[in-house]
Amino acid sequence: MRAPALALTGVACTFVSKDDPGQRYTAVQGIDLTVGAGEFVSVVGPTGCGKSTLLNVAAGLLQPSTGSVEVFGQPLAGINRRAGYMFQTESLMPWRTALANVMAGLEFRGVADARAQAEDWLRRVGLGGFGDRYPHQLSGGMRKRTSLAQTLALDPDIILMDEPFSALDIQTRQLMENEVLELWAGAERRAAPSSARTSSGGASEASGGHKGRKAVLFITHDLDEAIAMSDRVVIMSAGPAARLIGEFTIDIPRPRDVAEVKMTPRFMDLHAAIWAQLREEVLKGYAQQLKVA
Amino acid sequence: MKSPKRLWPWQAALLVVIFVFWHLMATPGLLPNFMFENDRQASFFFGEPIKILGRIWTWFVVDADIYRHLLVTLTETLLAFGVGSALGLGAGLWLALSPLASGILEPYIKAANSMPRIILAPIFSVWFGLGLASKVALGVTLVFFIVFFNVYQGVKEVSPVVLANARMLGAGPKQLLRHVYLPSATSWVFSSLHTSVGLAFVGAVVGEYLGSSQGVGYLILQAEGTFDINTVMAGILVLTVFALVLDALVGWVEKRLMKWQPRAGETEKL
Repeated sequence: MRAPALALTGVACTFVSKDDPGQRYTAVQGIDLTVGAGEFVSVVGPTGCGKSTLLNVAAGLLQPSTGSVEVFGQPLAGINRRAGYMFQTESLMPWRTALANVMAGLEFRGVADARAQAEDWLRRVGLGGFGDRYPHQLSGGMRKRTSLAQTLALDPDIILMDEPFSALDIQTRQLMENEVLELWAGAERRAAPSSARTSSGGASEASGGHKGRKAVLFITHDLDEAIAMSDRVVIMSAGPAARLIGEFTIDIPRPRDVAEVKMTPRFMDLHAAIWAQLREEVLKGYAQQLKVA
Repeated sequence: MKSPKRLWPWQAALLVVIFVFWHLMATPGLLPNFMFENDRQASFFFGEPIKILGRIWTWFVVDADIYRHLLVTLTETLLAFGVGSALGLGAGLWLALSPLASGILEPYIKAANSMPRIILAPIFSVWFGLGLASKVALGVTLVFFIVFFNVYQGVKEVSPVVLANARMLGAGPKQLLRHVYLPSATSWVFSSLHTSVGLAFVGAVVGEYLGSSQGVGYLILQAEGTFDINTVMAGILVLTVFALVLDALVGWVEKRLMKWQPRAGETEKL
């Protein structure tokens, strides 16, 4: 069996307060999560349950207190080089134009034709004519597209997404969701002929990597979004010490349109089943927040 | 704010009113005395606008001998600004990225910043002589801290998300410095550009005033020695206009270099 793209085993994250070392907060505990190569997995859970913590651990930005992370069978040390990360909040460098932002990663890795590739990616996310704009001159949706191009330009094998569309209005959001699905599915079709377009490291080809669909770990609090986009939806309990408490395989055929798929009976069945389990946790999380406040 | 086009006649009119008022009050024999016993006293203390403007005219046109002094003051200002900014940028980046160094040096920086540094001018005159170097040194001590604190702040306030994103995109420590910390820090430096150029100018003029052989500050010092209040006032006016020109230049440079920063009110009413 091929090693999964991402495997978290027994991961727990405990934060120690800087001012008072006695104060501890365990965000997540006992997390076992695998994302297969080319699989689209969503994690849903109530607000503040530590979903972002989980993603930061997968990205290598955060060291788990206990447990291990493996990427394509290799233990993760430092930044996860095979992953691209789309952040929830603004992550573009404000002093770079859209094009320069998309180029950034390629530039850091010393890719020769960074500009041409970046221009190509900007066109692919529909921003061909906006390369010379600065982030503040772009709308929220356009900035997200730029972020998407920035992440995908590096051709990562794993994409980590932290509620990337939560700040967008509903129409823009559905458009973006469809576009992400298309780009994700498109990767498979494009894979065979254009294997020249690999990440500059070249390591991805060597160690069990495949050039097809990317593995996606998608964090959201929006159940509709999770079901419409994923192969698998994982439910997280309310924090503190959040755990994974349920898992649903989404067997709706692809390609999907996120708006249309919501009308199908299978979607509604899945939604009802997942919501029944999630509802309790949402209420728990809500009560927790009230207590703290 | 209203459009500046419609405001400038008012601004010009106010300037004329001030000068006319000054002229009426200060010129001997124009109005009966009500403040001073002698009608020459007002002009002795406040100077006479006509003579002041005449003095400026002589400086710039008749004798044309002020350009040398202006050039000296300008050179001192620019050198102080350049050296102070470079040092401040370097020190700010270093301390912001090295918690140990900043921890050790923190009380000293606080002390150095709290010290009234103008008082160093006599020491600098002893160290560097009465020439250019002592004025530049004074300006540098003033500019350094402005730039230093802004760079320090700029590095500390880099958005953690932008930083994390750059790291995920594969930036190493050097690339983070060059592509994230430095642009963020320079934006803070530019936001303090008006202050630091102004302080470099203050350092140059004060340095000249305390002891020198050329520069506009020197002219003022000379005139004061002979109670030539008109020349002192003329010197002050020239310095003021000069500072305004410098400030406008800085504004222009800022606008060109900081075009990535959002500006309020980009719409136009038609």
